[in-house]
Amino acid sequence: MAAEANEVRYLTPPPIEVKKNKYCRFRKYGIKYIDYKNPDFLKNFVNDQGKLLPVRITGTSSKYQRKVAQAVKRARHMALLPFVGDLLK
Amino acid sequence: MTITKSYETIFILTPVLSEEQAKEAVDNYRKLIKEHEGKITNEEHWGLRKLAYPIQKKSTGFYHVLQFNAPTTIVKELEIAYQRDERILRYLTVTLDKHALAYLEKRKERFGKKEPKKETAI
Repeated sequence: MAAEANEVRYLTPPPIEVKKNKYCRFRKYGIKYIDYKNPDFLKNFVNDQGKLLPVRITGTSSKYQRKVAQAVKRARHMALLPFVGDLLK
Repeated sequence: MTITKSYETIFILTPVLSEEQAKEAVDNYRKLIKEHEGKITNEEHWGLRKLAYPIQKKSTGFYHVLQFNAPTTIVKELEIAYQRDERILRYLTVTLDKHALAYLEKRKERFGKKEPKKETAI
């Protein structure tokens, strides 16, 4: 009896997250320069409050994360990206 | 021998200006670059565009981008001129390395083909 108890069978198998390993898109696609002038591209590296996303989420390598950070800060300076505030989702 | 580098400068003009005042403001920066024997390689006029946050109580502005190569002494002159000119809301001068230049070449064709956004009537 006890054996069955702990051998619980689920109706639907629990969705185990398959570990999708993140890759650095700049190295993969060979992008060498991150342009601070197009905000749409930079928006994927910024969360909806306008803050920079950490590497553990975006998965970019640190060399390009520094370039992204610099580009985002320049875009903020030139009012292409807001410093704070809700980006249009 | 003065060292020449390639630079890119972008500035925002106040929306209060009419179109030809904006053109005239851009012209005297072109002249300034030519005076310092700089050579303009590319230029983009984005026209009136909404700012992400209000600057000096204005929420739109004329964006203009100038890419040029010039001796390094030009940056100081250019920035002084920007500060003195009160039509400029914001400016930024950036040096370009070889990756940037390669990228900007590609962007120039793409930008040229895709006709820049129509300026909204002021």
